[in-house]
Amino acid sequence: MNKLIQWVDERLPVVDAFERHMSKYYAPKNFNVWYVFGVLSMLVLVNQLLTGIWLTMMYTPTAEGAFASVEYIMRDVEYGWLLRYMHSTGASMFFLVVYLHMFRGLMYGSYQKPRELIWIFGMAIYLILMAEAFMGYVLPWGQMSYWGAQVIINLFSAIPGIGEDLALWIRGDYLISGATLNRFFALHVVALPIVLLGLVVLHILALHEVGSNNPDGIDIKKNKDADGKPKDGIPFHPYYTVHDLVPIAVFLAVFAIIVFYFPEMGGYFIEKPNFQEADPLQTPDHIAPVWYFTPFYAMLRAITFNLFGLSSQFWGVMVMGAAIAILFVLPWLDRSPVRSMRYKGWFSRGALALFAVSFVMLGYLGAEPATPIKTMLAQIGTAIYFGYFILMPFYTRMESTKPVPERVTTK
Amino acid sequence: MKQLLTVILAMCMPVVAAAAGGGGGNLDSMEPDLSDRASLQRGAQIFTNNCMGCHSAEYSRYKRVAKDLGIPQELYEQNLIFTDARFGELMEIAMPEEQAASWFGTAPPDLTLTARVNGPDWLYSYLRAFYKDETRPHGVNNAVFDNVGMPHVMVNQGGLCAEPPHIGQEPEVDPSTGEVVGDDICDDWAIEGSMEPGEFDQAMYDLTNFLVYLGEPALMDRKRIGVYVLIFIGVFFIFAYLLNREYWKDIH
Repeated sequence: MNKLIQWVDERLPVVDAFERHMSKYYAPKNFNVWYVFGVLSMLVLVNQLLTGIWLTMMYTPTAEGAFASVEYIMRDVEYGWLLRYMHSTGASMFFLVVYLHMFRGLMYGSYQKPRELIWIFGMAIYLILMAEAFMGYVLPWGQMSYWGAQVIINLFSAIPGIGEDLALWIRGDYLISGATLNRFFALHVVALPIVLLGLVVLHILALHEVGSNNPDGIDIKKNKDADGKPKDGIPFHPYYTVHDLVPIAVFLAVFAIIVFYFPEMGGYFIEKPNFQEADPLQTPDHIAPVWYFTPFYAMLRAITFNLFGLSSQFWGVMVMGAAIAILFVLPWLDRSPVRSMRYKGWFSRGALALFAVSFVMLGYLGAEPATPIKTMLAQIGTAIYFGYFILMPFYTRMESTKPVPERVTTK
Repeated sequence: MKQLLTVILAMCMPVVAAAAGGGGGNLDSMEPDLSDRASLQRGAQIFTNNCMGCHSAEYSRYKRVAKDLGIPQELYEQNLIFTDARFGELMEIAMPEEQAASWFGTAPPDLTLTARVNGPDWLYSYLRAFYKDETRPHGVNNAVFDNVGMPHVMVNQGGLCAEPPHIGQEPEVDPSTGEVVGDDICDDWAIEGSMEPGEFDQAMYDLTNFLVYLGEPALMDRKRIGVYVLIFIGVFFIFAYLLNREYWKDIH
């Protein structure tokens, strides 16, 4: 065995790579439970890839056959229902862990210098993930697949001048059709997963170059022992590989409870109208995107007024795009001398709490039919969402921060 | 530990939201029981005899239904397949869609997944909500599905109410007379059925139960399999926990 490793190592630096990224990658010893969502998203990614490969074997990517082939998987394929529910549950759980992972980043300032690129790669992953999830949701070719896609792609036609042609180009037809389904299938199973995997590699390489942040936001490389190892660091392997197994088991239990007992999750993970085949002539009563898109959908609908001679639809799309775009520049909006919420001032803490509450509220509102009061709440939520970022350069600089300790704190 | 709890709670949030949501207006509630094989078999019989004249179940196979419901092949073929379809084929029907659309105003929908779209409460209520309405083409309307295109197929068994039946209403006591109002589903029958109202309710329960099964045959297995998966994860958790404790005992 050793000889084989040596043989390979002389030709490919496997030992060096293992040491750099695992056994000699020093991670801060004070990680708390918020630090598990990175590895959980990797776990879900693997779940999506594996179940996805098997679903692809049985799925028919045509407008005529797609819906029936999904039911074929649910009924005639041995354990096909399990594959399908693992994949559909995985999609929602992917977003859940990614949202919590991003919230961790906001809490402990993980995007701050020198980790700007990690954050940007992460945001790119999030963006691709949204495209991947959107296109994947079209594939079962149910009513909500069809009309959801109709609504989302129509957003592009709100762009003045090129909008109509752009939407036509995306659809490949004058309405959502088999042509759209086929290209979405190709993008969902080939193109986007390749991009996603590439970005995940970049995200992790960039992380391992500068090292992990921690709940105290302290740079552990400042305190090294005689051997040049960080005093507050421990090798990722075996300490964190073993450490992560515990929350992974908890996560798997939650995952299994959903897959086996609540696969539709009351219509949030699989919407009821999606058990009806797509019908271009019959619009469902209430079209709502899947829960992970609803915060942005609420912001889109919050814009109800025309401005500067441009339609409210156009501004809605702009606001929705800006809501995601502004996240990319976050590393340059935070001017605080400290990273972690533990040492930031009360203003930052309050702003983050308010931001989180309004994001969840927007998520709820986006799933509901619009009423005047709900639209007003969505407008307030949108204002808070943008206020959090736009005002950040001011409140992070002005507030007084607490002194940051020299070494990490552990309970 | 406190933080871990917070996170677990956060992950359970969709479950709570789902449990709180739903509901629907005035419907009678129906709790499916897929372990009641006799009920499912009766439901399959009602479905084949009364529904499959016009409605297909085109994603389901006869063979699978027979196997899941414990009906022997010969018995099933003799009594529950009316077309020349073979045992392993999909449960399709002979009625052409265009003609059906001209007869009923709309083509009768496929019923394989109807329980997943509408839910058991809606189906159970809908099936018992027909009433006499001469303004409609088939002389009947439905209290749950207004201006329904479907005739009351089981009128001979279930009878026909002269007015909208009491669906999703609790019986009330009239304060002046002390009489219980709305105890029965219908106060005034236009046509008496061959079944007693309670008997017909049971038949519609069986039919709805069968439709729930038909919507997701995997429902028969998945909850049972889930128990074993969770036990496995539980054992894995114990080992992971002990392994972690062993490795981390020197880290302070």
